[in-house]
Amino acid sequence: MHDNVRARLAKDTIFKGIVCLFAFVSLLPLFLILYYITRNGIAVINWEFLTSLPRPTGETGGGVFNAIVGTLVLIVLSGALSIPCGIAAGVYLAEHQAGKLGNAIRLSVVVLQGTPSIVIGIIAYLWIVGPLKTFSAFSGGIALAVMMLPVIVKTTEETLKLVPYHLKEASLALGVPYYRTMLKVVLPSGMSGILTGILLSVARITGETAPLLFTAFGNQFMNVNIFKPIDSLPYRIFYYAMSPYPEWHSFAWGASFILVVLTLSLNLVARGISAKWKIQY
Amino acid sequence: MENTVLTVKDFSASFGDHQILHDINLTIERNIVAALMGPSGCGKTTLIRCVNRMHELIPGAAVSGEMLLMNEDIYDMQPIILRRKIGMVFQKPNPFPTMSIYENVVAGYKLNGIKLPKSEMDGIVERSLKNAALWGEVKDNLHRKGTFLSGGQQQRLCIARALAMNPEIILFDEPTSALDPKSTAQIEDLFVELKKTVTMLLVTHNIAQAARVSDVTAFIYLGELVEFGPTEKMFTVPKDKRTEEYLTGKFG
Amino acid sequence: MLQDRIKELKKEIVEYGALIEDMIMKSIAGLWAREQAPLREIIDVLEPATNDREIKLDELCTTTIAQYEPRARALRIVLMVFKMNSDLERMGDHVANIADSGLFLVSHAPVKPLVDIPRMATETITSLNDAITSFIDEDARLAQEVCERDHLIDALHDQIFRELVTFMTSDATTIERSLHLIRIANNLERIADLSTNICEDVIFMVEGRVIKHHCGEKP
Repeated sequence: MHDNVRARLAKDTIFKGIVCLFAFVSLLPLFLILYYITRNGIAVINWEFLTSLPRPTGETGGGVFNAIVGTLVLIVLSGALSIPCGIAAGVYLAEHQAGKLGNAIRLSVVVLQGTPSIVIGIIAYLWIVGPLKTFSAFSGGIALAVMMLPVIVKTTEETLKLVPYHLKEASLALGVPYYRTMLKVVLPSGMSGILTGILLSVARITGETAPLLFTAFGNQFMNVNIFKPIDSLPYRIFYYAMSPYPEWHSFAWGASFILVVLTLSLNLVARGISAKWKIQY
Repeated sequence: MENTVLTVKDFSASFGDHQILHDINLTIERNIVAALMGPSGCGKTTLIRCVNRMHELIPGAAVSGEMLLMNEDIYDMQPIILRRKIGMVFQKPNPFPTMSIYENVVAGYKLNGIKLPKSEMDGIVERSLKNAALWGEVKDNLHRKGTFLSGGQQQRLCIARALAMNPEIILFDEPTSALDPKSTAQIEDLFVELKKTVTMLLVTHNIAQAARVSDVTAFIYLGELVEFGPTEKMFTVPKDKRTEEYLTGKFG
Repeated sequence: MLQDRIKELKKEIVEYGALIEDMIMKSIAGLWAREQAPLREIIDVLEPATNDREIKLDELCTTTIAQYEPRARALRIVLMVFKMNSDLERMGDHVANIADSGLFLVSHAPVKPLVDIPRMATETITSLNDAITSFIDEDARLAQEVCERDHLIDALHDQIFRELVTFMTSDATTIERSLHLIRIANNLERIADLSTNICEDVIFMVEGRVIKHHCGEKP
């Protein structure tokens, strides 16, 4: 009996040890990535790098200004397309928990979330780049919007499900029409969750390269016309890294560093929002 | 007839195949507290939700018979117009968490997009909070969030929100069942005060509360109105055997 | 709510007590002045009025208990009012008896000048008045005093009884009139007794101490 207890205690200790070890192992890649990117990337970050355009082959110097602007344009574009759709779909799902259309939407959201980004890129290429006969920021925005959609729909739905039913009742009982109840009571109450979802989806698409290869394509020059090809950070990283020049390799590290900082801060802001703006019901 | 606020005639309600209320008949006079009591699931909550048509939020709801508010057929009115004339206070205090105390009181105007001059708005807020016996406690914190208040204060805030719309009648759906005894006593005292200005319909499964605060009581059992009459009569010499048994704790 | 009810109950009791005092006063005044009208008024108007009051107060007590479930002191007050109510109603009956005998006496020659009966009536009214006051003020000491004073009224009653027995033995024609006077004295004594009952209940209400049937003993 006594030995049995001792053996169990030993197993217990071993189990705890293994859990701690694996937890550490799973953290390791993140720290390694951050370490390498910071070590290699931080050296090239300076004002000139941030504010100048890529130079043609043979010339030294150059930067990622157009890529930063391009990424911002793409984010705004895809956000403008996906946020209204996503929130509306999320509201629909939260309001109609059962029902055929609801289930269909829910299923397609899951499938969409699992669709490889390159496939989405190809679809956008076929449907938009083809007919318009040019690569464009617009087509890239659509591809990224499609990628944002499932995250926004899902977080909106989940957040709104947490908004207590009695708040909606309180509003309806005051004679407030349904649409105003949703817009003025239910959505504001779930705002922190929805905002978090949007920021996370932005963080997700900021690093996407694959769908952009067929759509926004990339551009050596500064461009803010959404019907022209546009540059983006991931594409610029890809372009610099593929080149044979050591200087451009270090530029790729620098751009990577900017991208990582951007995603990381988006994630941190999202966390901050959900913690700080949390509504008490 | 002029003093009648609410008339219910041969009223039945059902959800899908399940009939909840059977041929209810009652009239409620102005400036009284009317209590609806009965065991859980007897249909009393359904009945008051039929008064402001909140039961329609549940799919499959159907009603028959007549219900009149100030001689107007409730089921001929637009629900959103109807609900502005009928206040409702729920079981759980539900102030809007995104709004301040001030905004909560005038939520009926704000959310409906009714614009009023600031001075008038201030007047409504002060009057409603005073009538809900909350003014003294919150007058220095009107712009804080309503959710910082205690449960009892939140419930009085909800009462102020209902009062702000000058309703013909206020429906209370077990308003004190989530509150501690002290807050409950405050709200009960409030009923007696409010009676001077407004008519109240109170659902409660607390028999003692119905006895304390109401002028008339309706006893509902299995969706039927068993007995309806002055509270003091019902609690001393009930006419129906089922009322007698319910009041003496034989069931419910 | 409950507090308002209790105020109402107390007010009713004060009015009821005042009515009874007024009736005693009227009955003795009628007897003294040898007038029929006040005595008739007691029998025809005032006594039925006390009965109506009793029914009304009874209902008020019942509904108070049914609706407000009073506890502790509040419960003792309501129960007290309930008992005082029936005590006061009994007093009304006694005054009616007095008036009844009074009607006989005023239509016959007086046996003797009235001295002790008015005195006894005054004492009785004082006792009743103090009993009601002690209830309203929740004054246990005053209640105790009323209890202690009861023997005065008993002494007066004995004295009247003995005196009238002397009259009756010396002159048989006075028997019927004397018996009526004794009846009046008996009824006054009962009223005083009921007042001490009220006082005992007041002491219970205020202090929660039962002194029933030990009235006059020091605590």
